[in-house]
Amino acid sequence: MAKIKVVHYINQFFAGIGGEEKADIPAELHKGEVIGPGMAFNTGFKDEAEIIATIVCGDSYFNENIEAVKAEILGWVKDLAPDLFIAGPAFNAGRYGVACGTIAAAVQEELGIKSMTGMYVENPGADMYKDKTYILQTKDSAAGMRDAVKKMTAFALKYAKGEKIGASCQDGYMNQGVRVNFFEKERGSKRAVDMLLKKLADEPFTTEYPMPDFDRVEPNPAVKDMAHAKIALVTSGGIVVKGNPDHIESSSASRFGEYSLEGVYDLDENTFETAHGGYDPVYANQDADRVLPVDVLRDLEKEGVIGKLHEKYYATVGNGTSVANAKGFGAEIGKRLVADGVDAVILTST
Amino acid sequence: MRLEIGKINITDIRFAEESKVEGGVLYVNAEDFKPVVLEDEKIKDVYFDIAKPGESVRITPVKDVIEPRVKVEGKGGVFPGWISKVDTVGSGKTLALKGMALVTAGKIVGFQEGVIDMTGPGADYTPFSKTLNLVMVCEPVEGLKQHDYEAAVRKAGFRVAAKIGELARGIEPDETCVYETCGIKEGIEKYPDLPRVGYVSMLQTQGLLHDTYVYGVDAKQIIPTIMSPTEAMDGAIVSGNCVSACDKNPTYIHQNNPVIEDLFAQHGKTINFVCQIITNENVYLADKERSSNMTAKLCRMLDLDGIILTQEGFGNPDTDLIMNCKKIEAEGVKTVIVTDEYAGRDGKSQSLADADVAADAVVTGGNANEVIILPKLDKVIGTLDYINKIAGASDKTLREDGTLEVEIQVITAATNEMGFGTLSAR
Repeated sequence: MAKIKVVHYINQFFAGIGGEEKADIPAELHKGEVIGPGMAFNTGFKDEAEIIATIVCGDSYFNENIEAVKAEILGWVKDLAPDLFIAGPAFNAGRYGVACGTIAAAVQEELGIKSMTGMYVENPGADMYKDKTYILQTKDSAAGMRDAVKKMTAFALKYAKGEKIGASCQDGYMNQGVRVNFFEKERGSKRAVDMLLKKLADEPFTTEYPMPDFDRVEPNPAVKDMAHAKIALVTSGGIVVKGNPDHIESSSASRFGEYSLEGVYDLDENTFETAHGGYDPVYANQDADRVLPVDVLRDLEKEGVIGKLHEKYYATVGNGTSVANAKGFGAEIGKRLVADGVDAVILTST
Repeated sequence: MRLEIGKINITDIRFAEESKVEGGVLYVNAEDFKPVVLEDEKIKDVYFDIAKPGESVRITPVKDVIEPRVKVEGKGGVFPGWISKVDTVGSGKTLALKGMALVTAGKIVGFQEGVIDMTGPGADYTPFSKTLNLVMVCEPVEGLKQHDYEAAVRKAGFRVAAKIGELARGIEPDETCVYETCGIKEGIEKYPDLPRVGYVSMLQTQGLLHDTYVYGVDAKQIIPTIMSPTEAMDGAIVSGNCVSACDKNPTYIHQNNPVIEDLFAQHGKTINFVCQIITNENVYLADKERSSNMTAKLCRMLDLDGIILTQEGFGNPDTDLIMNCKKIEAEGVKTVIVTDEYAGRDGKSQSLADADVAADAVVTGGNANEVIILPKLDKVIGTLDYINKIAGASDKTLREDGTLEVEIQVITAATNEMGFGTLSAR
């Protein structure tokens, strides 16, 4: 099998050119050369991969000429057509970390070439780019080079060969904000007991799911003039036209449906049903008004309590549907309701 | 309370003339068990089949999984409130048939029934690919409503499990485990320096096919209470729910509650395991608030230092989970949560329907939305008629070549929220 071709990016310091005083050197392409940490990578690759070129750039130069230098480097990498692009490791060097992240992410996104880098978790480049390329976690200074090279070579070979990348904690990269399943050694209950023992002893422990910042929506002010308001019904309770023409899933819905209420005054078991898989469907199927109260809204319309019931309603299944999908449905349904001049919405769940 | 569990290792299940347990083999004459099922007029017919680990067999739609047990010493009997009267269980001696399970299956009740594959990639996700399974496939009488069908199959499962358990009466167990908790005062005197730990288990009670029963009582109607952790081992808590297969707690997992087992393993060594606190997951806000107030209060009154909090189901119950966690932490009781995730097929979505900074110690059973391709297997016990409809499937699930494209949500106990399995996510 042909060796995996790698292009390596480093800064002026690791290239042995100089420190801060040389940070303004422009980008240089060294074809066929293996420089600085590249030597350790090459040794670690054994016969499976080799560095075919090294790109060197001063950290200040990179950050001050970001667009121009990015374009120049992308041009070189495109011509070299490597299997993998490695930048760094940058440890806790801020500008170097940002440069490594920027260029690795650009290679991946714009050239479609696999890329990776390595740095310390608090390097500003980490937060900026960890969801755009694989960033292997290293120590905070070059004293951790041996460890970094070991981790990065192992990951590089696995990645370049197209083997399945495991969860972040298994393969040592920074979490990309994507949840990845894997089998632990201990069962969950044992892990929970171990975590509790640590928590009780005030020892450090690592949660398996860091809580996100929760997105809370402030309710709108009350509608002042209901008698002239156009009211729409939207439900996550799965009420659909009988036969579920849009094939909305019983759980983990990937779509919502838009259905007409023109001439409909009462939902009955011959025309409407629920597609929702999260509750006993008997009562909803008998009389879908129990979930989508069309009958009551029609009464209120007749009595003049509300101006008008909107002639379309929207439905999806809330059961197990991801927040991202739900947000997407909400945005689209909202757009259509606004376009139709709806003043207020009654959202029903189950 | 002190309970001995005598474990009888079952190494094979065979159909035979005489139903008995002998030499580690369960012999079953299906004719002995049919009348036990059919005594309920709501069930039209039943047949039994056997599925063994490694066989090219798929069981679906799976309702409950039960471990046959029999009470041989001490108060009460198995499945109090259903099979036995309501004497308090959890002390004395109980025999359990290990390595096997009774699986109830048949025509769909709701949408949230499961798949058990005995081989292939799906088998890695379910603990019940590793047990010898006696499968009971029920057919309801025509026109039976879903909830009546669910109740009929649930109760028939307990009757059959109890009758199988009876076959073990008098047999010398291969191994005996002793589980013992102390009274409050006794525990403080015996383990003055050990942290006091409880286990708060949230039982699925959203209603409409989402119910759990405690001594025969629908747990929707309970106010949180304390139990000896050994009570669940005698079947005091049973499943009556059609929550998504991956994170419903089948009766088997209540009987073999892994949190209880793992806390017992530390009892008297690093912790004093005080009790199990059971609470519910009702859908009304007032119920949620009342129940979480009560669990927090009980944790405080029992002077607990820490608890493990487990959930059942997802979405709506996530709010109960977070409410319990917030209020219990606010009482100064350190809390670790066990849950699972619905992070979307791409893993990029927020995993729970609620969140709070107090929930800083979480164990996860993995992302239930992960998609898996299950191969076509040689034999189906039950039916594939509903495979595109169960929770976690879609209209594209059953593919032309017979393979299934599903979320692991469809696999029984894949992301169990009592920590029964090793699946996790980061």
